[in-house]
Amino acid sequence: MKFVITLIASLLVVLTVNATEVRQFDNAQQQQLYHQLINELRCPKCQNQTIADSNAPLAKDLRDRTAEMVQAGQSRQQIIDYMVARYGDFVHYQPPLTLATSVLWWGPAVIVLIGLATIVVLVRRQRRIAADETPLSDAERQRLAQLKRTAEEHSDDR
Amino acid sequence: MSKLKLAILFVPLALFIGLAAFLLRGLFSDPTELNSALIGKPVPAFQLPNIYHPEQRFDQSLLKGKPVLLNVWATWCPTCRAEHEFLNQLADQGVNIIGLNYKDDSRAKAVDWLNTLGDPYQQTLFDEKGSVAIDFGVYGAPETFIIDAQGIVRYRHVGDVNARNWQQTLAPIYYGLEAQ
Repeated sequence: MKFVITLIASLLVVLTVNATEVRQFDNAQQQQLYHQLINELRCPKCQNQTIADSNAPLAKDLRDRTAEMVQAGQSRQQIIDYMVARYGDFVHYQPPLTLATSVLWWGPAVIVLIGLATIVVLVRRQRRIAADETPLSDAERQRLAQLKRTAEEHSDDR
Repeated sequence: MSKLKLAILFVPLALFIGLAAFLLRGLFSDPTELNSALIGKPVPAFQLPNIYHPEQRFDQSLLKGKPVLLNVWATWCPTCRAEHEFLNQLADQGVNIIGLNYKDDSRAKAVDWLNTLGDPYQQTLFDEKGSVAIDFGVYGAPETFIIDAQGIVRYRHVGDVNARNWQQTLAPIYYGLEAQ
């Protein structure tokens, strides 16, 4: 039991210590901005890791560049724009809403709407068919009653 | 059954075929190949030394005047070794190639490589820290940019340049620019 707890505890430590470089910032805001940025910028070399997570040399270079820019007093948006200008939207984990990405944003909603519209059309059609059924005339009703009687008689025969 | 109803019956099939075609294409596309954000934009400004003579420095005007290939390479990169012979052949055919040595282990090692394997580059820039490479959006080596006479980036090729992709993709773009 003790072993398991130690194992889990050590895994947690490994998970939290990813960007290992110790960096000096002028203030806590800059420190916070740096950590926020390296956890939302994506490493171009690695398919699905942030630059904080990745050990690739390029990820380290980009962390260095991010730190330099934060230390120079650049804003969050300036640093993101800088990276996107070089590596494209791929480099940011919050891609902007463009024509190409609009399918991802609106696609699910459109599919739900199509489903709802189909249900509405089907239900309305059912109701219309039900409303269209005219009641039986007196002659028809008599004939129906007669047929039922005949059917009952025949079943008694058996 | 009316023609309209018949058409509506085929809608799910058409949607399915469309989706299948889209996903099938995804199977054959390489997710590690990123589009360059620099296409259609001028080359970034830089100041870099010549790999042989560090006191001699070049800026972005080196890439203007005529169409040129900018080849990013390093001695630690096995694929660069694989494409080197083909680059030598292209240089022999008169293709303009500028080298960008990207974060190499040492300048001496890179110079030694060029002396041993041949130098296909008209000039080779020495980007020791890889900072200019970041401005070009380089994320690995080798990469080859095609830059037009005005210094506008027209294409970026990721991976080795070989006879097949040169003839199919790169040469038409390069010679197309040269014909302008």
